[in-house]
Amino acid sequence: MFPKWFDKWNRDNPRDLYGPAILVGVAGGAVVVAAGLVSFGQPFATESMQTGPRGTGMHVTRFQSAVNTPDPTIAEYFTMAAVPPLDDAERAGDVIEGAEPLLADLSVENYERLIEAMRVWTGIPDLLTPGEENYQTVVARSMIQMTQELNEGWGAHTNNNPDSGNVGVNCYTCHRGEQVPNNVWFKLGPVNANAAGWSANQNRATVQSQFTALPSDALEKYLLENNPINVHDLDARVPRDMANPATIQDTYRTYSLMNYFSNSLAVNCVFCHNSRAFYDPSQNTPQWANASLGILMVQEINNDWLVPITDVFPEHRLGPVFGDVAKVACATCHQGYQQPLEGMDMISDWPELATTGEPVYATAD
Amino acid sequence: MYRPEYQNIFTQVQVRGAPEWGMDNENQLMEERIGKPGFSNLLGWLGNAQLGPLYLGWLGMISLTTGLLWFVIVGLNMLSHVNWSIAEFIRQLFWLALEPPSPEYGLRMPPLNDGGWYIISSLFLLISVMTWWARSYALAAHHKMGKHVAWAFLAAIWLFLVLGLFRPILMGSWSEAVPYGIFPHLDWTTAFSIRYGNLYYNPFHALSIVFLYGSVLLFAMHGATILAVSRFGGDRELEQIYDRGTASERAALFWRWTMGFNATMEGIHRWAWWFAVLTPITGGIGILLTGTVVDNWYIWAVERGFAPPYDGAYGYEAYQTMGGQ
Repeated sequence: MFPKWFDKWNRDNPRDLYGPAILVGVAGGAVVVAAGLVSFGQPFATESMQTGPRGTGMHVTRFQSAVNTPDPTIAEYFTMAAVPPLDDAERAGDVIEGAEPLLADLSVENYERLIEAMRVWTGIPDLLTPGEENYQTVVARSMIQMTQELNEGWGAHTNNNPDSGNVGVNCYTCHRGEQVPNNVWFKLGPVNANAAGWSANQNRATVQSQFTALPSDALEKYLLENNPINVHDLDARVPRDMANPATIQDTYRTYSLMNYFSNSLAVNCVFCHNSRAFYDPSQNTPQWANASLGILMVQEINNDWLVPITDVFPEHRLGPVFGDVAKVACATCHQGYQQPLEGMDMISDWPELATTGEPVYATAD
Repeated sequence: MYRPEYQNIFTQVQVRGAPEWGMDNENQLMEERIGKPGFSNLLGWLGNAQLGPLYLGWLGMISLTTGLLWFVIVGLNMLSHVNWSIAEFIRQLFWLALEPPSPEYGLRMPPLNDGGWYIISSLFLLISVMTWWARSYALAAHHKMGKHVAWAFLAAIWLFLVLGLFRPILMGSWSEAVPYGIFPHLDWTTAFSIRYGNLYYNPFHALSIVFLYGSVLLFAMHGATILAVSRFGGDRELEQIYDRGTASERAALFWRWTMGFNATMEGIHRWAWWFAVLTPITGGIGILLTGTVVDNWYIWAVERGFAPPYDGAYGYEAYQTMGGQ
């Protein structure tokens, strides 16, 4: 294949190619990779959001691809501007036979607009059909009132948007076109067999433990029941009778809840806390106050709005272990974003859902 | 093919004769040694190629038996937690644990399924570790050696006892002990730091880290130095101690001319021993003080000027969120 002189030269001048080749290959490859990284940046670019002053290490780092990919359910959102009723507009209750009493005072256009939207948002095509008193209708009645309450009474949380200041919630914030919203949760009970106490509720990879070994009952204990989340003593040394009764095990459970918070909003500890003193409100960020409101709001949603309608649901919509109603928590609305639907305005078009009183329609100029 | 002169990983070319049986002095060491000695190439790469004989003794028997009991109790409890499913046991192995009792039982004996097995297995582990320690002491005595290995081991046992015995008793509850599980014991470590206001502000934790990282640094410096002069016989450290040769001289001069100071062939081992021993000793003190003497290390540190207080506002409002993303 090669000329004779070439083979002869090779025979006369033996060289060990393999040893150096491996060495040169590895070193050369490393140089190429390093140069590539320096020149073009790492291929999985990240974006850091600073959440506190320099020197505190407070920032949330995420992949740019995740930050720049919009929530896919935003595109599927259905909305329609409200129709300010004329002075002589007819009541829906007077025109439509069997109209939902809760909404009967709306004008006919707005009644039909709202019913259509709710059917699209919840994926229930026959929702609130006149004369059909099915369980969805009964639930919807309660949920409409809940939504009004969330927008009116919990505006400090649901309307907290530093950019536009008009967000609010409607059915779609949770439902996203599904009959049962994503990321609802049920009581699990003990996750370990043949165990009791703190041996029974932790050390299993479950969705509710965020796949950690931490307790799986954090949502139940903190967002349904009202157990104290804080675990710290607020002095260097505290007399026993005044000490925070939280044990190491309670701390696991709080940590489990905090993992849930982080994953629900795609943030980390330092989005809300200065990690050197987790407990210190003076070192917490404004987001912490907002999240604290969220905790209270979720407790109210679960206890005042969902648990009371447990009996309305058919069996297949209830929890597999305890037959409890599906409950909400951060991820039910947030779904992995700091603000549900990335802070989209959910309420300007829907004054009917914004208040427990008479809807206030923007007057056409 | 280009090949390095030495084919092995760590030690010299393996030279083999008859197995070495060791001394047979007044302590009947010979008759207590068990196992037929053999040779392994693989072991020879890592250390001495000879495997056995072994002096087990009654201390060793007790230690291995109780240690095995602890191991099996922990494993069977984990297996029972997944309802005796081997597949789930393998799948959840890193999550599973034998947990200490729930807090309400204090220092009383809890039910078996809520920490009772933990107490029983811990008793076996305690016997196992302490008899292994006694064995390390007795064997050193048999060999007329100093007891340095036993005391160093005792330093580690101090930390072990603080975590599982002394501190739980002082806190009045076995629930304070560390669970036996892969992820769960790591969760314990995090929760312990969080509960008591950030262990990074515990000065004994800081000291322990100093000695831990210091041990690593000293180990690297010493290992590198001796490997570098082994061509002059520097790996025969004992000979170099009583009859200083060029290896020792060069090693000493290297560090003197590098940083002005050098340890001695003997003293470097005291440096290493003390750094290693002080790591768990200081760490154990820090753990023992936590929750018994100090409840919030961050506040403790700020009050004593160990950490700077931050007065005034942080100005968090200036930092934007990602517009809801």
